[in-house]
Order: sequence, then structure tokens, then C-alpha cells
Amino acid sequence: MIITGLCFYMFSTVIIASAVMVILSRNPVHSVLFLILAFLNSAGLFVLLGAEFLAMILVIVYVGAVAVLFMFVVMMLNVNFSAMRAGVLQYLPTGGMIGLVLLAELIFVISAWQATPAGLEVLASPTPINVTNTKALGDLLYTKYFYLFQAAGIILLIAMIGAMVLTLRKREGVRRQRVAQQVGRKRQESVEIKKVTPRSGL
Amino acid sequence: MNPVSDFFLILPELILLGAASCLLIFGVFRTTNADPGVTRLAVVFMGVSLVFVLAIAGDEKMIFEGLLITDRFGQFMKALVLVGAILTLVMGHGYREREGLMQFEYPVLIMFASLGMLLMVSANDLMSLYLGLELQSLPLYVIAAFNRDSERSSEAGLKYFVLGALSSGLLLYGCCLVYGFTGSTSFDGISAALSHDNTPSTGVVVGMVFLSAGLAFKVSAVPFHMWTPDVYEGAPTPVTAFFAAAPKVAAVALFLRVLFDPFGTMISHWQQLIIAISIASMLLGAFAAIYQTNIKRLMAYSSIGNIGYAFVGLAAGTEEGIQGVIIYMTIYLMMTIGSFGCILSMRVRGQMLEGIGDLAGLGRTNPLMAIALAAMMFSLAGIPPLAGFFGKLYVFLAAIHVGLYPLAVIGLLTSVVGAFYYFRIIKIMYFDEAKEVFDKPIGREITVVVSLSAVFVLLFFVYPTPVITGAANAAAALFP
Repeated sequence: MIITGLCFYMFSTVIIASAVMVILSRNPVHSVLFLILAFLNSAGLFVLLGAEFLAMILVIVYVGAVAVLFMFVVMMLNVNFSAMRAGVLQYLPTGGMIGLVLLAELIFVISAWQATPAGLEVLASPTPINVTNTKALGDLLYTKYFYLFQAAGIILLIAMIGAMVLTLRKREGVRRQRVAQQVGRKRQESVEIKKVTPRSGL
Repeated sequence: MNPVSDFFLILPELILLGAASCLLIFGVFRTTNADPGVTRLAVVFMGVSLVFVLAIAGDEKMIFEGLLITDRFGQFMKALVLVGAILTLVMGHGYREREGLMQFEYPVLIMFASLGMLLMVSANDLMSLYLGLELQSLPLYVIAAFNRDSERSSEAGLKYFVLGALSSGLLLYGCCLVYGFTGSTSFDGISAALSHDNTPSTGVVVGMVFLSAGLAFKVSAVPFHMWTPDVYEGAPTPVTAFFAAAPKVAAVALFLRVLFDPFGTMISHWQQLIIAISIASMLLGAFAAIYQTNIKRLMAYSSIGNIGYAFVGLAAGTEEGIQGVIIYMTIYLMMTIGSFGCILSMRVRGQMLEGIGDLAGLGRTNPLMAIALAAMMFSLAGIPPLAGFFGKLYVFLAAIHVGLYPLAVIGLLTSVVGAFYYFRIIKIMYFDEAKEVFDKPIGREITVVVSLSAVFVLLFFVYPTPVITGAANAAAALFP
């Protein structure tokens, strides 16, 4: 129990600290790296909760795909972040006000929130007994929700086709390496023997 | 779940999916000039799918644990969607050939969009509703921007995509609220939860309104119509024809099912909403179209107005009203396809024209096409005995029978205003001096499609029984 508690506080502290660093660090690349750190530690929290599937998905999707995408964008677009940060003090009052309103709303919502008895029952046994939650999810996804799973797959296929249709261009005059052609070249095609008469040049 | 019978019942969808995937692979490996073949095969397979839609018995059955449903209503609407998709695909072939848009992905994307529409029509759960809707929308975003060398086409695609994503957001928010307050995502579960208490909680009402707003985006009803004129104008004309035909019918079908299946007991709540949407759409469709000079933009406003008329029947909230909407959409589909067929043949020396003024003198230079277009315009204006008159008749009668006199009166007045710009096109065709003569021949496939729809529009009153009884059966299947 103590170890679980310790782990929880460790993960939570690192998450909060790295979240703060995401905003504060001057270098955008560092921000993204701190974001990845926050994601990894959140995955740790999920493991503590017994939601190992969610933890793995978080690592694969957020760290593996989303954060890397961020990194690409940050490095390739060369956005001038210090210029974007220039007017921070000017916008601080408005932003601060909105933040306060949101905070007040959150406090109201949480203080008034009550779980229904039915909800608490579900919470007490999140997965069927003796089944890991990966297996429990799989059992649902490939039987009851089989159709939805497949339809989502088709949507992704269309997204792929669409991206190619709209962006792939066959450009003229691009020199590509064609190994087969290079290897299959004959001597006659590339070398020509000319008889050069002395003192006349070619 | 009985997998064999489930798969048998969605055979039309499976055929579309299988054929689209195979054609995609065929197109990729056949490196040169795959499009004509792929388009032809796509038309054939959509036809096969249509045959299966009609052949599979239309009794109400649940598929995949109640995620999907097949019934006579779904059968009728699916048949309409497929007819719309097939005719517009056939019609657009010549245009794409001339404008250099021959990429085999186009028919494949049309097939995937049709697949999404079929699944959307048979949705029986909020989750399958959303996935069907996205499956339909995503290919549409892509084909709106299909002419990527044209700035306007790209703009149309982007605009459609951004607004479509916004509407999906609204829709999902509504779904969340409905799920949260009723405890179920399945339509049967929602209607069971709502039938317990006479006054549904505010959360459900708000959720239902957001859900309707998301769907109103897809049918481009006012006040969610902003994207329509720009997208219709910017997208390549065959794509516009497709937009105005198949997805509209599918979205109206989904709208009907959502309002009558899960929210059937909340009719007093959604009726006011639909009346407001209907009046606003009819007014905007009638008045905004007057100033248009581009015929595709005009058709966009006309389609907004037509959705308003169709919703008059929906607002009635009776079985007769549903029947009216179905008949209206059937006739609207044929009128739209016929009109776009004529627009697709507005071509001078290989250049496509879109101005209404370019039609001047068509009555002398190409009398047959002028007659077809005039028939479409008269029908859109609702002149008896053309088909459009009967569409309007059925929805207005349904509204009058439940005492919605103001709605019917506003509908009649706006159709008088609408008649102005439809007649203006006829006047330009027959009474203005010809400036330039359109290229001939206009292409065999356009001739066939236009004459088909012209015959339908002109001779509907002679033998309307199949459509009317079909719509009546469909309405009976949907009405609780």
C-alpha cells in the first residue's frame, strides 16, 4: 500500500512539475519533451489504477504519435515562439479572468457532483472478474461492437485515400534511382568508341 | 447475434465495400488510365447493390445486436440514395474526362460515400449514426476539393471540412447529453427511457436540439446552410450534382429516423424546432436565390428551399407527413439530377459555363435540352401536372391535416417567390438573344440521364402508384 501511495505522489508531482515546465520553458523543443514526460507519468497513474490497457494506449498514441508529430511541427515550421510570447502581459488580465471563471465553474461542478448508486456499482467492478481489462475490451470490441470497429477502420482507410488524392503529385523531371535499369545497362548503350584522327579533335 | 443472417441482411453494403476495395487495388496496380474502367465497374457494382437492396425482404430486422436496422423505410431510402449516386456518377464522366479529373479514386470515393449513406440510413444506435455520418462525410470533403489545381475547389473542400467537423462536434455533444440523461445509446433504449416520464428532462431536450443541429448541417437547412452556396459553387460540377442528390436524401432519411424512432414521444418538443427550420429555409431559399447569377449557386439556394418544403411534411409529425417527405425527396432527387445534367452540358468551345445568362437563346440553339431544362424548372416551381407539384401537394396536405395552416401558407407564398427565378431561367432560354451556341453533342450518358429524369418529371402524374405506395409502406414502417 505504501509503495502504491509513494508511486502515486511521485507520478503526480512529476506530472505537475513537467506540465509547468511545458509552459515555462523557453525552447519549444524542451516544451514538447516535458509534455512527453507528463504523458509517460500519466500512463504510470493509469497502471496504478489497474487500467493497464489505457496506460499502454496512452504511451503508444500520445507519446508515440501525437508528441512526435508536435516535435516535427515545432522543428520544421520554425515558429517564432518568443514573438508569440511578447504580448503576454497585455493579455494577462483577460486570460486571467477567463481562467478564474473556469476555475469557479469547475469548483461548483465538482462540489455539486454525486455519483448515482448504479454508477458506484459499476465503479466497484470495472471489469468482469478474473479477466484483464485488455481482454474485457477485446471481448466487447470484436463481438458486440464488431460493426463499429470495422466501420471505424473503413473511415481510416478513406482518410488515407483522401490524403493521397489531395496531396500526392507526380512531378516531372525528378531523377530517381532505378537500380534494375542501372544494373541492366549494356556496354553499347553507354560507351561509344570513336575514331579520332590526329590533330582534328572531335 | 446470428452472424449468417446478419451478413445476409447487409449484403448490399458488403457488396459496395468489397467492390470499392477491389477497385481501389485494381486502380493502383493498373498504372495508366484506370479511371474509365473503374467508373464503369463502380456503376455496375452499385447497380448490383441496388438490386440486392430491393431483393432483400424489407421486414423490420435488427442487425449486429441492434446497432443497425433494416426495414421498408430503409429499403426505400437506400434505393433512392443508390439511384442518385449511380446517375450522378454516370453523368459526370464526360466532364471529368474533359477537365482532366480522371483519377480512379473518384468513383472509389463515391462508392465509399454511398456505403456510408446506406449505413447511415439503417443506423439504430447513436454510435452507428455517428460512424455512418463520418463514413459518408469524409469522402465528400475529399471530392469537394478534387480539382486541386483550382483554388475555388480547394476552398470548397476546406470550408466543407471545417464546417463539417464543427457540425460533428455539435452532433456528438448532443449524443453525449442524450446518452447521459437516458442511459442508452440505442434508439430503442432511448425511446424506452423517454416513454417512462411524460416530461423529458431538460438535458435530453438540449441533447436532442444539438443532435438536430448537427443533422441540419448535413441537410443544409437554415440556419446551418452557410457552407452550401460556396461549396456547391466551388466544387467541380459532377461533385455538386452528387452533393445535391444522394447525401441530401440520406441525411433526410437519418433525420426522419432519429426524430421518429428515439424521440418519437418528444414530438411536441421537436415540432417547433422543425417548423422554425422549415420556415427559415423556405424564406431564404426563395429570396436569396433571386440575386444569383451563377447557376450552381442558384441550385444551392434552391436545394436549401427544397429542404424547407420537405420539412413541412416532417413538421406535421404524422405518418402522412413522413410519406410526403419521402415522395418529396424522390421527386427532388430526379429534378436535381435532371437540372445538373443540363448544367453539365453548358459548354462553349470546350469551356464550361456556369452563368445563368449563358443559357440565352437555348430554346433555338438546342431545343431538346431547353425543353428538358424548362420541364425541370417548371417542376421545381411546382406547376401542375409536373412531378414537383405532387411533392409539394403531399407535404402541404399533411401539414394542413394537423392544422399547421400558417406553415402551409408560408410555403405557398415562398413557392410563388421561388417561381420567379425558375421562370427567369425559362425566359432567358426562350426570349433572350443567343450569344454563343453550346457545344454538341452533349454526350450520350448525359442525354440518357437527362431524358430519364425529364420523362419521370413529365409523366409522373400518369403512373405515380409505385412511388406513392412505396413511400406509404416506408412511412408505415417508420411511424411508431
